[in-house]
Amino acid sequence: MKEINLKWFSVTKTELYIILGAIIAPFIFYFSPYIQGLLIFIMMWVILGSSWNLLAGYTGQVSFGHAAYFGIGAYAAALPFYHWHISPWWGLLTGGIAAVILGYLLGIIVFRLRGPYFALGTLATAEILRIAFGEEEWLTNGHNGILYITTWVTKLPYYFIVLAIALGAVFSIKAVMHSKAGFYFLSIREDEDAAKAIGIDTAKYKNISMAISTFWAGTAGAFYMIYMGFIDPEIVFALHNISIITILVGILGGVGTIWGPAVGAVIMVFVQELFRSAFFGLAPRWVGNIHALVFGLLVIFVILYMAGGVVGDWDLIAKKFRRTKPKEAKA
Amino acid sequence: MSILVLENLTKAFGGLVAVNNVSLEVKEGEIFGLIGPNGSGKTTIFNTINHFYLATKGRIIFKGIDITNKKTFEIARLGIGRTFQKVRPLKRLSVEDNVMAAAFARESTFEGSRKVAREVLEFCHLGEVSHMPAGSLPIAGRKRLEIAKALATRPSLILLDETAAGLNPAELDEAIDIIKKIRSELGITIIIVEHIMKVIMNISDRIHAIAFGATITEGTPKEVASHPTVIEAYLGTDATLVGGDYAGA
Amino acid sequence: MNIFLQSLVSGLLVGGLYAIIGIGMTLIMGVLKIINLAHGQILMVSMYITWTLWYYLGVDPYLSVIVSVPVVFFLAEAISKYLLNPLIEKESILPENQVLMTVGIGMVLVELARSIFSSDYRSIQTSLTDKVWYLGKVSISVPLFIAFVVSIVLTAGMFYLLMKTDLGRSIRAAAQDKVAATLMGISSEKITIFTYGLGSALIAAAGSVFLPVYYLYPDVGPIFTVKAFVITILGGMGSTVGAIAGGLVLGIAETFGAQYISQGYRDAVGLVIFLLVLVFLPGGLKKFTKV
Repeated sequence: MKEINLKWFSVTKTELYIILGAIIAPFIFYFSPYIQGLLIFIMMWVILGSSWNLLAGYTGQVSFGHAAYFGIGAYAAALPFYHWHISPWWGLLTGGIAAVILGYLLGIIVFRLRGPYFALGTLATAEILRIAFGEEEWLTNGHNGILYITTWVTKLPYYFIVLAIALGAVFSIKAVMHSKAGFYFLSIREDEDAAKAIGIDTAKYKNISMAISTFWAGTAGAFYMIYMGFIDPEIVFALHNISIITILVGILGGVGTIWGPAVGAVIMVFVQELFRSAFFGLAPRWVGNIHALVFGLLVIFVILYMAGGVVGDWDLIAKKFRRTKPKEAKA
Repeated sequence: MSILVLENLTKAFGGLVAVNNVSLEVKEGEIFGLIGPNGSGKTTIFNTINHFYLATKGRIIFKGIDITNKKTFEIARLGIGRTFQKVRPLKRLSVEDNVMAAAFARESTFEGSRKVAREVLEFCHLGEVSHMPAGSLPIAGRKRLEIAKALATRPSLILLDETAAGLNPAELDEAIDIIKKIRSELGITIIIVEHIMKVIMNISDRIHAIAFGATITEGTPKEVASHPTVIEAYLGTDATLVGGDYAGA
Repeated sequence: MNIFLQSLVSGLLVGGLYAIIGIGMTLIMGVLKIINLAHGQILMVSMYITWTLWYYLGVDPYLSVIVSVPVVFFLAEAISKYLLNPLIEKESILPENQVLMTVGIGMVLVELARSIFSSDYRSIQTSLTDKVWYLGKVSISVPLFIAFVVSIVLTAGMFYLLMKTDLGRSIRAAAQDKVAATLMGISSEKITIFTYGLGSALIAAAGSVFLPVYYLYPDVGPIFTVKAFVITILGGMGSTVGAIAGGLVLGIAETFGAQYISQGYRDAVGLVIFLLVLVFLPGGLKKFTKV
């Protein structure tokens, strides 16, 4: 079992390279808008995955309904525009806050539940929101969705905005995990009753974890609205395409690791594009239709053979490729 | 002065009365033993004191404050630490991180908490294994980790639930040594539940004996050991005098 | 009043179908202690088998049970043996690993169906499809009624199996206390695999008789999965009688919700009930029954 080493907040050299790489990335491939579009989606999944990972991977509250917060963030950006023509850009401020408020309210219900019941409770709340936002047309324009002519045609500025948000999410979570709250989250994950016995107000700290997590999920939702210029309830509250893929991103990269969700996001978007484009046109066309099937297989594979995800099981994976003698684990 | 007072404490689970009208007073600075056969309600008393269970009847008073209805984490912060009979380390965290998580009860900074944790780990002879994952410790280490976690919350009263069970003789002596030092060096009052008579008779100032959830007698180790009902209760369940790791509580 | 009666009758009939979904789920939850988020997808598999047999070979959907049930049974046994059981021993950060696994299995089943059959809505036409009986002014759809009757028969059969046979006793023993069951000589591994197969076979039978009632498309699976866990929580995990009661309550509540609130909220009704039960009646309706 990998030891969790909590050092005080820092930006390591590797992280610096990652950040530099992320800044340069959109300029290679001849400024290809296609690549830039993919990079934007990667960053969105980095935010969502990291957000989920704080609550599920670090605090042990496995949410099956993160679409609720993504969706409410998107609508926080869209609704004032739809009703009063207030710019959706304000959503970058209000989206996160709306999600935090929603998270707090839903938390009153779902935090009474433990383990798989929590998972189902979050799933149910997200589904109820999806249905309600589709039905209440006076408020949300229902399934017709809300349309907004995006500010820029070029993708580059969007990329840097979403990159900034993603870095904010990853590093804020990293900082939190190196503080008292981080220790408390882990304690709650490992043993909630034992955590109480060492003086941890578990209810309060679950709410704090929820608040940070939902803030970033909501901000990601608001960004989605601004960038795509169109949302409807089936898109932003989607059970499979948002909630479940968020989990996939988390477990693929590594639950309970800082950079796991980021790695998971890169792999997920890459695999999706690989199949969607039928291996860039090299494979028969039907391959393009099975990318969702591949995700399902990935979930199964990761759970069976790579429970720690790419980052969590990196040592094991690296060993397999190096074919060196496995080093004896620290005694 | 009494640090902890139980007044007519009763805990029932449906029709089953696990603790029946127990009253006791623990004085500041003493080592107070709690004995009784398996299933007599000792762990239930601990679980009621730190509010894993809500008392059915009676009151619990700690340092003059009624804590009967306080939440578990509040009780820990007021200064009651406890260990678990069935050890509950935060498995995937290192030993040091386990203790740091507890130390944050009084410390707000990373460094402050780490300093406390290291002191406590030295105290419990865990300094050398502080970077091991807690889940990989052998049983003696896990038992001491339980104590370390409780101590790191800086309690004025500590509840030790069978911290000596399952240890070999050398480990046992080490454990007794640590328990004695908890009072002599840290000045912490101790309530100890233990099956191993050698331990409890040796270190307790006073002992409270219960059976079937109710008080039998209370007094010095000598007085209690010679009490006919205690002898009967223990001879009735032969294993308890020998000691061992029993899951029952 | 007529609308009320009509809603009640329709609700009861649909509830009967839900009961059979719920029993399959509650069996699995009771013994495997997992929430099977692939339950509805397995039902969908059975529906596609039935549809294929009808479309290409003209087999009557009610008759195709003899194919769909064994096929699904062995599929489910394989899933349980090779995908779910290995996880029991595995140490992982997320205790919900098995639940996540069923999500993955569900995704694969839905996407396989989509790859093979596309996302088109399908339905079948038999001589009974549009038949309706009238009880006074209350109309009863014949295929729905048949499905209801089959559900009742299956439920009764299941009940007999669980209560009166040795196999049933073993399953119930495993549901209550795995360790004790193992000590009694019941192989808990075999029982979990068999139970997953049995619970799935039940919904396979349900799938075949549902086909004349419901539209079929790949995403019908997740919809039934949600209903299944709502029923199970409503009825109380592991309780057969609870699942029947839960199914009926959900069927009636949905029909009334659709009638008196709005059609669009039909699927939300169950979820709201589900949350209310989780919070205010943990343990579900089981509390009021003994079985």
